[in-house]
Amino acid sequence: MNMIKQSLCNFISWVDARYPLLKTWNEHLAKYYVPKNFNFWYFFGALALLVLVIQIVTGIWLTMNYKPSAEEAFASVEYIMRDVEWGWLVRYLHSTGSSAFFIVIYLHMFRALLYGSFKKPRELLWCTGMFIYLTLMGEAFFGYLLPWGQMSYWGAQVIISLFAAIPIVGDGLAEWIRGDYVVSDVTLNRFFAFHVIAMPLILVGLVFVHIISLHEVGSNNPDGVDIKKHKDKNGIPLDGIPFHPYYTVKDIVGAIVFLILFSLVVFYAPEMGGYFLEHANFVPADPLQTPEHIAPVWYFTPFYAILRAIPSQLWGVIAMGLAVFMFFLLPWLDRSPVKSIRYRGYYYRIALTAFVISFVCLGWLGMQAATPMYSWLSRLFTVIYFLFFVLMPFYTSIDRDKPVPERVTAP
Amino acid sequence: MQDGAVDKHRRRFLTTTATVVGGAGVIASSIPFISALKPSEKTKAIGAPVEVDISEMKPGEKLVIEWQGKPVWILKRDQKTLNDLELLDEKLRDPDSEQPQQPDYAENQYRSIRPEYLVVVGLCTHLGCSPNYFPINANAGLGDDWKGGFFCPCHGSRFDLAGRVFKGVPAPTNLVIPPYKYLSDSRILIGDDSGEIA
Repeated sequence: MNMIKQSLCNFISWVDARYPLLKTWNEHLAKYYVPKNFNFWYFFGALALLVLVIQIVTGIWLTMNYKPSAEEAFASVEYIMRDVEWGWLVRYLHSTGSSAFFIVIYLHMFRALLYGSFKKPRELLWCTGMFIYLTLMGEAFFGYLLPWGQMSYWGAQVIISLFAAIPIVGDGLAEWIRGDYVVSDVTLNRFFAFHVIAMPLILVGLVFVHIISLHEVGSNNPDGVDIKKHKDKNGIPLDGIPFHPYYTVKDIVGAIVFLILFSLVVFYAPEMGGYFLEHANFVPADPLQTPEHIAPVWYFTPFYAILRAIPSQLWGVIAMGLAVFMFFLLPWLDRSPVKSIRYRGYYYRIALTAFVISFVCLGWLGMQAATPMYSWLSRLFTVIYFLFFVLMPFYTSIDRDKPVPERVTAP
Repeated sequence: MQDGAVDKHRRRFLTTTATVVGGAGVIASSIPFISALKPSEKTKAIGAPVEVDISEMKPGEKLVIEWQGKPVWILKRDQKTLNDLELLDEKLRDPDSEQPQQPDYAENQYRSIRPEYLVVVGLCTHLGCSPNYFPINANAGLGDDWKGGFFCPCHGSRFDLAGRVFKGVPAPTNLVIPPYKYLSDSRILIGDDSGEIA
């Protein structure tokens, strides 16, 4: 026994002399000190990483049987579902995984809004996170064309046409993206390349940068106080605990609960009533007929509702782009010295509540047919959505914030 | 200059030159990658004209033809429909087809070569969905004064039976009229209007 232990130690020191193995382990896990008061909202970063792994593994397996051509794509997905051993499971894991990814990411972003995690010194951390979100949107969009169903086809047609709204260069740009005059086999083939290689590479790269940037500035916490202000004589934050084993264990519990919920969907409701897999997508793509009712998958519908709310093509597209872009500006729009919602005044609390309500309502409206009443509601919520950002410098600077404690309190 | 001393001026010149030349190289080498995404020669060649027999069409009937991968509609309009088109001018964004959405020979009040046949690309000018055809008595919740036309299910744009866009909808322009010509009284060639027009 001692022999084995000894030779293992020798091996590790052999490696360590050639690669910073222990150094990395300590810096990012065993001696990486994290605030001790993390709560429920702090599960979602680790869960996002877990979903990314699920998507990559199931994606590789799907690629083994999927055929990226207009002739064969739809049939190859059916083949995976019916004839490949466990193919249905791999595909449902992947399709449920994409919705789970956005649920986790939206909750992760909401956490940042709750506790001011985007504020100084975490501006870049927030921006790299936003780039991850943008890449994820691209990844989801490219992937959605691949099953080559009706919704795949017409969804891609609509989104690519967004670029055609840009004056002068628009039509040429849309043609360049499609590689054809309409969405076609050529488009499908290149979207496959983007979905399985380009976007995942960028995604993994950005996640790496995001984590390195997090570990440089350290995690925020539900109290929004800086734990590095109070250290013991060894330079260890008094309110910090090492990530490993404390948070690795906590995150494993979170992962298990998540996987239970995830499995319930995969096994009992993989279509989620048409929200995760839309009904129209069970019909092969028909370039001559748009489905009666088209809507993007749920995670894009808030922005889609904003697009539809504005009765002008170009301004609709601009508003939709701005709706995403505004998030990047958050660190500089927020003028409050306080990070956490626990010590913020009522203006920010009301504004955040109104924003969340409008985001959810826009998401719901984006799935409905465009009746005049719904269009007016979409306009109302679009205005609230933008006011949250545009008025932020005012209401955060006159807000009556409470005193922030010196040390962290409860989770 | 002394031996071994660093000539900073020369060093800066060399750095700048190397950056500029290298940058130009990067830009030049990105051209093939960007161009490779454009429609290929094969893709360009596929858009061949399509011949359609219209002799069997009844008034109010709509045919859907695939041309360049796009739906092209042929609609046979009766005299009442043609008369109704004049009543709509007030409600339309571009009633006289001033925007270049049609060949010269279709720049008239009916937006067609022969009034009774409308030939139009069936893709909404907003974001490219294919609108649905609702005849005058379709009763699809489009209002009592609906004279027949097209309604896009994606974003609610409306067009009349000459493919002209209504005001207050997201679509900015009228539907596109493709190039076409009559080969005879009963045959239309879509996608080619060269030579003599029958």
